[in-house]
Amino acid sequence: MVDALIEIFRLIFSVSFILTVITASTPLLLASSGELVVERAGVLNLGIEGMMIMGAACGFAGAFMSGSTLVGALCGIVAGAALSAVFGFLTLGLAVNQVATGLALTILGVGLSGLIGAGFVGEQIVQAPRLHLPVLTDLPVIGRILFGEDAFVYFSIALIIAIWLFLYRTRAGLILRAVGDNHVSAHALGYPVLRIRMLAVLFGGACAGLGGAFLSLSYTPFFIPGMTAGRGWIALALVVFASWRPGRLVAGAYLFGAVSILGLALQPLQLGVPQQLMNSLPYLATVIVLVLISRTRGTAGSAAPASLGVVFVPDR
Amino acid sequence: MQLVLEKRAERSAVIAIASPLIAVALTLVTVGILFAIMGKNPIAALIVYFIEPLTDSYSLQEIAVKATPLVMIGVGLSLCYIANIWNIGAEGQFIVGAVCGSWLAVRTNGTDAGAWVLPAMLLLGALGGALYALIPALCRVRFGASEILTSLMLVYVADLGMDYLVRGPWRDPKGLNFPTTAEFDPVATVPTFIEGGRMHAGSVLALIVVMLATVLLGRMIMGFEIRLVGAAPKAARFSGFNADRLVLFTFAVSGALAGLAGIIEVAGPVGHLQPNISPGYGFTAIIVAFLGRLNPVGILIAGLFLALTFIGGEEAQISMKIPLDLTKVFQGILLFYVLACDSLIIYRIRLIRTVRNPVHAHG
Repeated sequence: MVDALIEIFRLIFSVSFILTVITASTPLLLASSGELVVERAGVLNLGIEGMMIMGAACGFAGAFMSGSTLVGALCGIVAGAALSAVFGFLTLGLAVNQVATGLALTILGVGLSGLIGAGFVGEQIVQAPRLHLPVLTDLPVIGRILFGEDAFVYFSIALIIAIWLFLYRTRAGLILRAVGDNHVSAHALGYPVLRIRMLAVLFGGACAGLGGAFLSLSYTPFFIPGMTAGRGWIALALVVFASWRPGRLVAGAYLFGAVSILGLALQPLQLGVPQQLMNSLPYLATVIVLVLISRTRGTAGSAAPASLGVVFVPDR
Repeated sequence: MQLVLEKRAERSAVIAIASPLIAVALTLVTVGILFAIMGKNPIAALIVYFIEPLTDSYSLQEIAVKATPLVMIGVGLSLCYIANIWNIGAEGQFIVGAVCGSWLAVRTNGTDAGAWVLPAMLLLGALGGALYALIPALCRVRFGASEILTSLMLVYVADLGMDYLVRGPWRDPKGLNFPTTAEFDPVATVPTFIEGGRMHAGSVLALIVVMLATVLLGRMIMGFEIRLVGAAPKAARFSGFNADRLVLFTFAVSGALAGLAGIIEVAGPVGHLQPNISPGYGFTAIIVAFLGRLNPVGILIAGLFLALTFIGGEEAQISMKIPLDLTKVFQGILLFYVLACDSLIIYRIRLIRTVRNPVHAHG
């Protein structure tokens, strides 16, 4: 028993484990960063899973045909944004229920990605290149962790910092938050509520697509249907977990990244726990965390944007 | 140019009936274009998809087999959606129902247990599905956690749990290491109508469910409450209806129906418990519920139509080498069009020229 615990601790604090946590957390962080902005603008897009898997399929297709990770990433971004444009047209243009439309987006995305990806299953590409700085990357322990990641990882961190700056330090960010908190007032002040929301939705789609592209370009690097495995839904839960705040989102994404690969990492230790139980940890953890967060916050003091998910039809 | 929505003075009755039909027509056109892009003859492909399954008795039976779970789950989900409660984890409740009912089939396998086994299995399935659905419902009522996310997360947990059982303790020792339980005994199997046929007694249960739901929504206080909470939540609160009780009720009913559908599927067409018992019935049923305009009879028709897409998809894969994923694409596009057309019932859409004149802006 004690031996097993020591083994587990040694594993958790090993460099290789930390590296895998970073890779597992990056797609979650990318996708949930986008959704955070979307929800701050008052829109609930439940279609992240669909946009991510489309990003993974199109990203892989792009990288495979061009031989370039950058082209692949761009394809993933465009695919995610294109799907989110459909969502935006329906929910903002036609005032359709956001929950139902988001579900439709996920169903469509999963199907389309299978169709597009079918020709690429079993193919391999060159994994996204990693940073290598002389001396710095070769430093013991921290060198590889801090200076040996690929561009996606650094970009995801830069992105969330940029989002924080945008939301809290710019006028445009203030307007976006106003639109999400009270669309009637924002409209009365003359802000184009629907246009701002559409831009946020497109941004969210691009981020989800990039998160998906990371999975097929760097995480694996190959494409299998359904490879997002619920990460889009976990990203949605992360936004709630983070109370719609960028700083907490980073912590949440890394925490969930760690939980999601714990099962895989502990496999060689032969703990006698069914593998399926270990694999269900991230999903169980999501449920438990949602309950704990909602409980401590209570319904009255909710941190959610006040107009989240509410349909807005401007009266002219 | 700018797109503007104007609220209609009254809901358009004509469009209310026409909207699902328009949606289906638009979907057929879109999918036809998709076929053309894939280099297939659109007309020929659509005939394989939607007409050929209707021409032979095996496919017709198979449509009834596939429509049974879709209608049962769809009716349950519609109760939630009418009341603006979002159970999207029916796939998980379907699996848990299948597992709970199968427990009895596995326990009594090879014994001389009598005809009570199947009814008991159905009861266990419905109970299991209901209890599993009550987890997200309680999390919402007791702690305020979003039922959307929790109900969906539990789908993955249910899937992994079933995977464990059929690979571990419940695996058939004579099954050549395949992840499956032993074939259920005849007393634990849903009877078919014709010897060696596919259509089974579960379809009758689906029809009964449709009738009961029609009575519930049209004739009973609970049905009125569901509709009122959905249409006017504030009015419902003032008139003293308990919203929490409604969440628990709709989740329990929809979970029970999904669980029942699960055990019927396993004890009927499949005949044993194994992974992948569902081609996504729980998710497709969401589309069925909306295409049927959240009305039990509408859901029956919508269920048959979406069952047709499953069968047509399989036939198109065999005869025209069209990937099976096209069925999902078709279903997703259909849901988009259904939702968009529903918007036309409430709003009139007008294109106007953009005027850059402050007089037109409100406030």
